Amino acid sequence: MSTRHSKAGEAFLKDKEHASWHNESLWFVREKRDKVSKDIPEWEELRELSSRIKMHTVSHLDTYLEQFTKNAEANGVIVHWATDASEHNEIVYGILHKNNVKKLVKSKSMLTEECHLNPYLIEMGIDVIESDLGERILQLMDLAPSHIVLPAIHIKRQQVGELFEEKLGTEKGNSDPTYLTRAARKHLRNEFLTADAGMTGANFAIAATGDIVVCTNEGNADMGTSLPNLHIVSMGLEKVIPDLQSLAVFTRLLARSATGQPVTTYTSHFRKPRKGGELHVVIVDNGRSKVLRNKDHVKTLNCIRCGACMNTCPVYRRTGGYSYTYFIPGPIGINLGMLKSPADYYDNVSACSLCFSCNNVCPSKIDLGQQIYKWRQDLDNLHVADPTKKLISGGLKFLFTKPALYNTSLKMAPVVNIMPRFMLYNGLNEWGKGRELPVFAKESFTELWKKWKVK
Amino acid sequence: MKVGLFIPCYVNALYPEVGIATYKLLLSLSVEVDYPLDQTCCGQPMANGGFEEKALPLAIQFDNLFAKYDYIVAPSASCVSFVKDNYPPIMERNNHLSQSGKKIYEICEFLHDILKVEKLSGHFPHKVSVHNSCHGLRELKLSAASELNIPYYSKIKTLLSLVEGVEITEPQKIDECCGFGGMYSIEEQAVSVCMGQDKVKNHISTGASYITGADSSCLMHMQGIIQRDKLPIKLIHVVEILAAGL
Repeated sequence: MSTRHSKAGEAFLKDKEHASWHNESLWFVREKRDKVSKDIPEWEELRELSSRIKMHTVSHLDTYLEQFTKNAEANGVIVHWATDASEHNEIVYGILHKNNVKKLVKSKSMLTEECHLNPYLIEMGIDVIESDLGERILQLMDLAPSHIVLPAIHIKRQQVGELFEEKLGTEKGNSDPTYLTRAARKHLRNEFLTADAGMTGANFAIAATGDIVVCTNEGNADMGTSLPNLHIVSMGLEKVIPDLQSLAVFTRLLARSATGQPVTTYTSHFRKPRKGGELHVVIVDNGRSKVLRNKDHVKTLNCIRCGACMNTCPVYRRTGGYSYTYFIPGPIGINLGMLKSPADYYDNVSACSLCFSCNNVCPSKIDLGQQIYKWRQDLDNLHVADPTKKLISGGLKFLFTKPALYNTSLKMAPVVNIMPRFMLYNGLNEWGKGRELPVFAKESFTELWKKWKVK
Repeated sequence: MKVGLFIPCYVNALYPEVGIATYKLLLSLSVEVDYPLDQTCCGQPMANGGFEEKALPLAIQFDNLFAKYDYIVAPSASCVSFVKDNYPPIMERNNHLSQSGKKIYEICEFLHDILKVEKLSGHFPHKVSVHNSCHGLRELKLSAASELNIPYYSKIKTLLSLVEGVEITEPQKIDECCGFGGMYSIEEQAVSVCMGQDKVKNHISTGASYITGADSSCLMHMQGIIQRDKLPIKLIHVVEILAAGL
């Protein structure tokens, strides 16, 4: 009985020291989140508001997207619509090609990751530079993010030191964080200066004003959009929110939930193209409108991509982002992967003990745990249910629907206690690999009850 | 007030002493208790594993068996929360109305909210580390979850403090999962064991002699770890402490 996640998780745990460091690093973030959230007396009301604003907006998505587009266009923004990932990539390349762009500098965007934009553009001959420090480290290592907010959380600074030594020519053996950050800054400064276009994601799109709001800690989105004349924004269509009043709810929740900071260092509003420049917004569906019709999972559209569910998830912390087969890991990733393609991503559904801690940290109150439970119910119909689990469940049903048989088994059960150890603890017994089996009582509660009754 | 005692399958077979303590405690509080003999399992193991439809006949069976009682009380938070939260949707989808969901209580919840117990006669002179089970905490809301910004409370600790001599502590990562999760414990055994080991370590660090909680399933999981790794801490269901001396 195993899944690709359980096997990858087991492999991740083999390096005990690294696994424990990973677990504690993320727990540290979770604790910071707890602390700052408790400084806000109205925290739970904010979460409720956030959830309602999101549900309201996605229920009137057509209205708000039209309003956003109208206002953005009035501001001089060029709005594009992409049905899927390849359309998105083609639109982006079309804009770059028309403007004769050789080098594109990007700030963090999970949507471009979802669309596999970088490999596509590189193939088309564009020099693509990630400018978020974590993302840049991973790009230089040719790795994917393992967390949506802390993409390189699984990489230790010593590894970064070695990487920079090789790629950026830093001092041998120097892995001092300040030194490495300065080296990265110097390196990126040159990329910003020589880029022909900047690309960002969008944390929020404000229908009432046509603003695109981008939240970063490094100011890299601002550097990347301030120097070149061309700015392309890639946004999922669920990123639209009604107005600036609603934005205030989300900006209070986002950074606190994500990293335990009161607010991100930079919250930048992009409203108009710069003088002589162009501002393009590509609004991407890529399966999102299908989720709107899915009653059980529509709330995944509430997600503001803070990553809090990953930081709190006891399974994610102990197995790392790469143990999941979808590019977004953790509780939200399990759900988004299943919405994308159950046949490809059902292995992640095992990565949950149903502890429901994710529900409680989610700033927009997505019922992440219940949704994972619901996906499990679908696996049998998709013909991907684990046969052993199915067999056990069938056996239990058989036994438990026959009280007389059940009561007889209760009497027989203590026989297991005297079975030889090799029969109980072998490769087939997943429980027995790390734990002793419980011991059956000499007499069950039912037996004891009957005796009292006789008395 | 007529209470139907629900002793979940694994408590019945492995931990009858937990059932006995529950019964004695209710009796000592002058509650009329009955134990319907044909009860088996609530169906949670199958449902959490992804086979909810196999829980349906058990839900119907359960509902009929406990129809005549005013309350259903059980010493297992997880099973109670399954009946309370999952029976209604499972049964309604199949044109049955769940009666049990509305009247089932976990024993601590029943003592605290319904009987409003303010005095217990027991004596338990030990240091205990309280194990907040996920379903007891986040579904039945037996205490304030650490993730939420709500006033702190713990029904379990309030009840424990009525027992003379008990010293109450709680572990670091106060309400992190022990990794049991029903079939999760075998489907992802390596991760589950790691979670169990971490949890037990945090309980041991409190210096307590016992881990106690409202869910025998978590205790069973941690017991497996403790015995395999020969760790210096014991386990006891909270109801056994509340019923001490009876």
